Amino acid sequence: MNKESINEEVVRHIAALSRLSLSDTDVKKYQSQLKNILDYIEQLDEVNTEDIPPTTHVLSSMKNVFREDVAKDSLSQEEVLDNAPSRRNGFFRVPKVI
Amino acid sequence: MEKAYTNINDFRDWINGQDRPLSELSKIMIDRVKSINDDINSFISVDEDLISGCAAALEKQDPRGALWGVPVAVKDNICIKGRLTTCASHILDGFRPPYNATVIEKLDKAAALLFGRANMDEFAFGSSCETSCYGPTRNPKDLSCIPGGSSGGSAAAVAGGQVLAAIGSDTGGSIRQPASMCGIVSIKPTYGRVSRYGLIAFASSLDQIGPLARNVEDCAALLEIIAGYDEKDSTSVDKEVPKYTESLGKDVKGLTIGIPAEYFGEGMDKEVRSKVEDAVNLMKKLGAVIKNISLPHTRYAVSCYYIIAPAEASSNLARYDGVHYGLRSEACDDMVEMYTATRNEGFGAEVKRRILLGTYSLSSGYYDAYYLKALKVRTRISDDFKKAFEECDCILTPTSPSTAFELGEKMDDPLKMYLSDIYTIPANLAGIPAISLPCGEDRKGLPVGLQLMAGPFAEDVLIRVAHAFESNSVK
Repeated sequence: MNKESINEEVVRHIAALSRLSLSDTDVKKYQSQLKNILDYIEQLDEVNTEDIPPTTHVLSSMKNVFREDVAKDSLSQEEVLDNAPSRRNGFFRVPKVI
Repeated sequence: MEKAYTNINDFRDWINGQDRPLSELSKIMIDRVKSINDDINSFISVDEDLISGCAAALEKQDPRGALWGVPVAVKDNICIKGRLTTCASHILDGFRPPYNATVIEKLDKAAALLFGRANMDEFAFGSSCETSCYGPTRNPKDLSCIPGGSSGGSAAAVAGGQVLAAIGSDTGGSIRQPASMCGIVSIKPTYGRVSRYGLIAFASSLDQIGPLARNVEDCAALLEIIAGYDEKDSTSVDKEVPKYTESLGKDVKGLTIGIPAEYFGEGMDKEVRSKVEDAVNLMKKLGAVIKNISLPHTRYAVSCYYIIAPAEASSNLARYDGVHYGLRSEACDDMVEMYTATRNEGFGAEVKRRILLGTYSLSSGYYDAYYLKALKVRTRISDDFKKAFEECDCILTPTSPSTAFELGEKMDDPLKMYLSDIYTIPANLAGIPAISLPCGEDRKGLPVGLQLMAGPFAEDVLIRVAHAFESNSVK
């Protein structure tokens, strides 16, 4: 268990992981709101979960689904690119990566 | 159609007696939507040309589909090919899906007239329909109140008489709680009963699509149409869909209804309690066996949910990066800056809050303490229900601890807002079906909702009990 209280540095770190950039005011606001929520969630520690398996699927009847590896019709390149904010020569266009 | 919408059967009689073409009638239906939309903002937009076009295309259909011409609202997170679908978020500005959700294919086949774009909390994150980037929806029963959420637009559109029925999604109560607050009926089906293909994902282990309508019969009819196995959704279950409408009109004699003490504790409005207790008494009078039961882990459901749902959401929402669809920020020089600026501009405050919460509980060092712990508590919550359904056919509770609250009342306190879903969240965690239906009004005339839950795939039991209640309760 590692549950030190969430501080502003942690909020900045998770914002970076989430690809969000927060203003200093936002960091303060989220820090206090997340702290409230996490303090409430602490109550889960009261529940005895020794030898209790985690729920990976709610219905026990669930199994892996396989199908034959056959090609089927899919969306055309045009349909796929139609929603792109920027495109060129049949590709998604993005700003420089490196 | 000078008379207000009542139910699908009445509508069918009316429309079959018309000699005007459906495209002409659709204009009346569109006007009906527009007449109060400025007041309640239940629809983000109404694409009149598209809707009239769909109506014209249905004119020659013979034989007519079961929902021929029935106006149905669709929550803005369910993909309709070629129509704007944005989850009420700027990040999906301009997005027109290149395919239909499976439920849309099914409703099309039944010849429903789809009015898209029912308003919602942004990405379905909310309990009041106030976080939409297109402004809040208001409750048609009282314009100073919220309609509930996140499918607030769907519920308000049905309750306000703009459409006859609606489709929404329910991750922690998002169709039941607004149905309760607007005084209509809705069903959250068993996880896997209805295909999620084309539902824009929020929390994939909890999301289910379900119907909202003016009465139990219409909900049953809609569920019959949208339910069923779909090879495009690997979590949909290959199990025959019963004729839900055959469960209507059966009595409840001999059925055992469980009343869990944990759903009648503190935090519950007195008037809600009194209406729900009246409902229990009516069930008893109708011949049901009432049994006091316990679901001891109920009090942990909200905590469990607010680990699992944001964790799944933070992962599902990673796809909004400004590359493939929707918004892209221009304020950037490189790729990472583009991602960050796009997400900052595109997401609202509640969405950011949940992404942060989810990322935190999944991040290195916290995974075991939060996420894994929550998955184990989820098992215990499910086990409570399994045990309960060994001794009862269904469970009766309130849908929400209070009636509709005022706009703005809980917006500054996320935790308080989260706790308004305390009675609906457990059914999603356990994957079981649940129905919400009206059971009276409080002093202010605001509707109180009754919730029934049953074991996996026992939607027929819910419909049977709910219909018996509806037919015998005093309006």
